[in-house]
Amino acid sequence: MDAGTTAAISTRLRHRNESLRFYPSLYCSLWRNSVTRELGFKANFLFWLLVEMVWFGLQLAFIGVIYQYTESIGDWTKWEVVMLVGASHFIQQLFQAFLLVNCAQLSELVHTGKMDFYLLFPVNTRFLVSVRHIDLGGFVSAASGLAVMIYAARQMHLTPSLLQIGAFAVLSVAAIIIHYSIMFLMATCSFWTVRAQGLVMAYYNLFSLTRVPGAAFSGAARAIFTLFIPVLLVANVPVKALLGTVGSISEIARLLTMSLACFLVSSFVWRAALRRYSSASS
Amino acid sequence: MSTDWLVFRLGLQNTATYRTNFFFRALFGLIPMIAAIAIWQAIFRSGKEIIAGYTLAQMLSYYLIATVIEMTTTPTEDEWQVATDIKDGTISQFLIRPIDYLRYRFCLFSANRVIYTVVALAPISLIIGWKADYLLPPANGSALIGFACSLALSAVLQFLLVYLTALLAFWVLEISTFSFMLLAAQRLASGEMFPLDLLPRWLHQLLMLTPFPYCMFFPVTVYMGRLDTNTMLQGLGMQAIWIGILFAATRLVWERGLRTFTVVGG
Repeated sequence: MDAGTTAAISTRLRHRNESLRFYPSLYCSLWRNSVTRELGFKANFLFWLLVEMVWFGLQLAFIGVIYQYTESIGDWTKWEVVMLVGASHFIQQLFQAFLLVNCAQLSELVHTGKMDFYLLFPVNTRFLVSVRHIDLGGFVSAASGLAVMIYAARQMHLTPSLLQIGAFAVLSVAAIIIHYSIMFLMATCSFWTVRAQGLVMAYYNLFSLTRVPGAAFSGAARAIFTLFIPVLLVANVPVKALLGTVGSISEIARLLTMSLACFLVSSFVWRAALRRYSSASS
Repeated sequence: MSTDWLVFRLGLQNTATYRTNFFFRALFGLIPMIAAIAIWQAIFRSGKEIIAGYTLAQMLSYYLIATVIEMTTTPTEDEWQVATDIKDGTISQFLIRPIDYLRYRFCLFSANRVIYTVVALAPISLIIGWKADYLLPPANGSALIGFACSLALSAVLQFLLVYLTALLAFWVLEISTFSFMLLAAQRLASGEMFPLDLLPRWLHQLLMLTPFPYCMFFPVTVYMGRLDTNTMLQGLGMQAIWIGILFAATRLVWERGLRTFTVVGG
């Protein structure tokens, strides 16, 4: 465990009696710690930003190439899909900024035995292992996703109402919870397998589906990726809210329910995993 | 020869330990292909028979064959292992032993691919079974032979690209940014995302001068018989030339890297 996190937690613990404010103030300390860390690796920060931009550009290029040969995918026009890709990037990068690094490091905590320290703190362990690092580059990348969405909206002469923007914001939060729950669930499996190399690759591969219009899928694939692993809802529904093409309220309800369900399943597996945890150190 | 065989067998045993890991990697690795297939099917559903010279069956076959190539030839963990060996100083033992590190890594890479292919067989056959109606057989006998040759050369090419990137660990602490850049370049320029002949002609021609299309796009087009014999032979020649260039580059970088390399402790 790094010294910064330990210091942050112990400072906060001294003021524990104001318990309502305990978690927010602990979180602020973790933020300060993360910012200090990031500032220490400026070149690395810029490199990662560049990598993210290149990948985002790649996805947009794919859409650009495909729409040279067609007018629509399902019932989605070019700029609608560009908005979908932008929204998918926006949501994913926010998740990355707040949570992804931490989920990815969970397996390392288990196999190095560092998990012990986190369990000993009188703080909710899941909270601590999930949010201790913040990836600032994620915010910059998220902004680029937002910029692409705005550009696409202008191309379509689309001006969403405040209500639609509000709905988009709420649905995006639900989407981030799905990202988090599924990634955390996969990371938790490292309690059993010990090693989780390729975990991040698996995550990226799975969530690449969020950029695809749900209408492109049919049959079993559609059912699996909507009702079982709801990646087809994650960016599709928020964008539909902006476009005003949500079929019925049940579509929105489905995203919200799935987000809750995913979170509950991940909590259940997390508790089962903790019961099984028997430290890696001697 | 016998040393190589020994290392290969060692590699088989080592990687077999991570078969579950490989299985899930292979399973999740299929998802981008499922997305591409869904998108193209939706596009063809709108009534077009041929898009950029591809029928629906040809387009889906393109992705299926590309996936088979990826499963069998694309390195998975190799760059991280090489980078770790350099950072930990493990490579120092290769400096005093009569075994060449590049050769050693290549044997391990081959073993890796064998295990990975075996493990990935189940998920890939599932997908191929799902789209079996669309999978076209190799165009003809010479296409099949050409495909086998280009597949082998593609494996060597991809290995050298990854190995070269990993050697950057002599100078930088973290190779992951470079590694993801290489991956991005490969996704686009190797034709993994879409067939390169969907691009404007000049861009396609330009990309054909880089090593990337010879990792994937070229073997697939050979399989599908989209090239005449002359162009196919030229392509195989280009693969060999790039292997030569990259091999020379790895040697040069290795020499340079060793000059900056310091081992601390015993």
